[in-house]
Amino acid sequence: MKRLSWFNAVSLTLGFAFLYIPMVILVIFSFNESKLVTVWAGFSTRWYAELMQNEAFLNAAWVTIKVAVFSSTLATVLGTLAAYVLVRGGRFMGRTLFSGMIYAPLVMPEVITGLSLLLLFIGIGLDRGVLTIVLAHTTFSMCYVSVVVSSRLVSFDRSLEEAALDLGCSAAEAFRLVTLPIIAPAVISGWLLAFTLSLDDLVIASFTSGPAATTLPIKIFSAVRLGVSPEINALSTIMIAVVTVGVITASLVTKHQVARQRREEMEAVRS
Amino acid sequence: MTASVFEPWNDPEAKPLIHFQNVTKRFGEFTAIDNLTIDIYEREFYALLGPSGCGKTTLMRMLAGFETPTEGKIFLAGQDIAPVPPNKRAVNMMFQSYALFPHLSIWENIAFGLKREGMAKADIQQRVEEMLRLTRLEKFARRKPHQISGGQRQRVALARSLAKAPKLLLLDEPLGALDKKLRQDTQFELMDIQEKTGTTFVIVTHDQEEAMTVASRVAVMDHGKIIQVATPDRIYETPNSVYVADFIGDVNLIEGTARPTGSDTYAMSWHEGLPPLKVQSPNSLSDGQKCHLAIRPEKVAINAEKPADADNAVQGRILDIAYLGNISTYHVELPTGAVIKAQTANTRRIARRAFTWEDTVWLSWTATAGVLLAE
Repeated sequence: MKRLSWFNAVSLTLGFAFLYIPMVILVIFSFNESKLVTVWAGFSTRWYAELMQNEAFLNAAWVTIKVAVFSSTLATVLGTLAAYVLVRGGRFMGRTLFSGMIYAPLVMPEVITGLSLLLLFIGIGLDRGVLTIVLAHTTFSMCYVSVVVSSRLVSFDRSLEEAALDLGCSAAEAFRLVTLPIIAPAVISGWLLAFTLSLDDLVIASFTSGPAATTLPIKIFSAVRLGVSPEINALSTIMIAVVTVGVITASLVTKHQVARQRREEMEAVRS
Repeated sequence: MTASVFEPWNDPEAKPLIHFQNVTKRFGEFTAIDNLTIDIYEREFYALLGPSGCGKTTLMRMLAGFETPTEGKIFLAGQDIAPVPPNKRAVNMMFQSYALFPHLSIWENIAFGLKREGMAKADIQQRVEEMLRLTRLEKFARRKPHQISGGQRQRVALARSLAKAPKLLLLDEPLGALDKKLRQDTQFELMDIQEKTGTTFVIVTHDQEEAMTVASRVAVMDHGKIIQVATPDRIYETPNSVYVADFIGDVNLIEGTARPTGSDTYAMSWHEGLPPLKVQSPNSLSDGQKCHLAIRPEKVAINAEKPADADNAVQGRILDIAYLGNISTYHVELPTGAVIKAQTANTRRIARRAFTWEDTVWLSWTATAGVLLAE
């Protein structure tokens, strides 16, 4: 291993400090004995215990997970189909317009998306609750899935699908048996992306949620407005832990797969 | 015609397996296939040969069902196949990129088409094993496509496309991705498998050597048209046009004017002050017609002295010698300025070579060595 020069070391330290000091402070204070957030009074896990007793937070967490699972699944199905048609559908009328339109929500201010969804739900008389949040999250995360999947489809060898047709598949079977298994990694990462987007969305959820259903980010935000409590710190620490474990697992799995594939290819060359 | 020779195209009774009838295919403004009519017979190994963009791949894709003709009809065993989708045709294709399913093992790749057919499990097992044996892949059945070498992948693609026992197998540049040595071995393997299975093969290639080696008949294409369909030897010995002569192998083209001297003999005047060339050629030409004499380099003999009894002899000066190990090609400049290539087998060591640069030599060939081609 090469040693870093002092300049590089300082730059790296500064960068990482900038990124992680806020989170580190949050984590440290979540284990604070004192009720006063900014005064250290010894190590304790009491806020975690209290959090587990807090009905409102637990409900919000449950709603958030439900919304994230449903909306990301729905967004993945719709986004994958849209990407498939846009990449594979040939040059149909208005194709350029459609592919531009599917990416537009990426740059649309969330406030506008949230507001227009709110107006729509009021207009059609849909009571705001879990369903409306799911629909809203599907709307804005679908285009992310579509971007991820279509970038995979562009590099997909078309002759694989033709081979499937040639060997007796209908178009639907070719998609199910050949295309989908091959693009699965892109579909899965699209799902994960949609899931995280839904998990931490505050703006759109606050437009489309009702008294019956509150998501965790809304709950945290409104609680913080009344003052930061150590319970919030504990909750946030748990969320950080979950995300960290998820990211590390995903990267380890990918790394393992790449390593295995390379090893197998080396063996093939040798044999 | 004897029974032992396979020449269904010469048999007026024979019914073609595939019949293209005035087929035209246009992509927008571009005409890929231009009013083309051909017959392909059962058990034939038919090669479509031409430069890229000549329409050979389009022709094949129409047979597979990935393209539909703009005009005209295609018949497979007497049945118009236009309304039959690719997955219902008794035609299979081996793709240039092999298109092996990367998520399936070799075994599953070969079984893929059989499963779609709804074949019984035991029969699938048996058929896949048969295919693995045929292509010598038994050891690799459990591997994934990325775990085997290029040559093995090529054989998997072949096994997979043959598994359903199609009436017709289409091969799109099947050996393009292999290196030369492996390609030559595989060509013989292909011929062997074609003979064993009795399947009709249509191969698309831009490699004329490959077409000549494997095919029973070669169709030379250019700009969406078939220029000549014939057996490899006839394509080589008696091309019907300058295009075919030039496309297949190496050729010397001498421009001149034809004058018939008999039923199939001509005297071609080619340069003032030099005697006309004697040619016996199957293509009939009128008196005074502009034409080219096409003659292969290996049919031109090179000598130090003027051969006494040669039909044609011209004098020239050696400009260049290309030494290829087994043969040498001499580039000889004639007094007219034209350069003629003459090829000789190097039966002696190079040190004993008779000629060197700047030597004055005599080139000679017989009347039957070349053919006359109209402009």
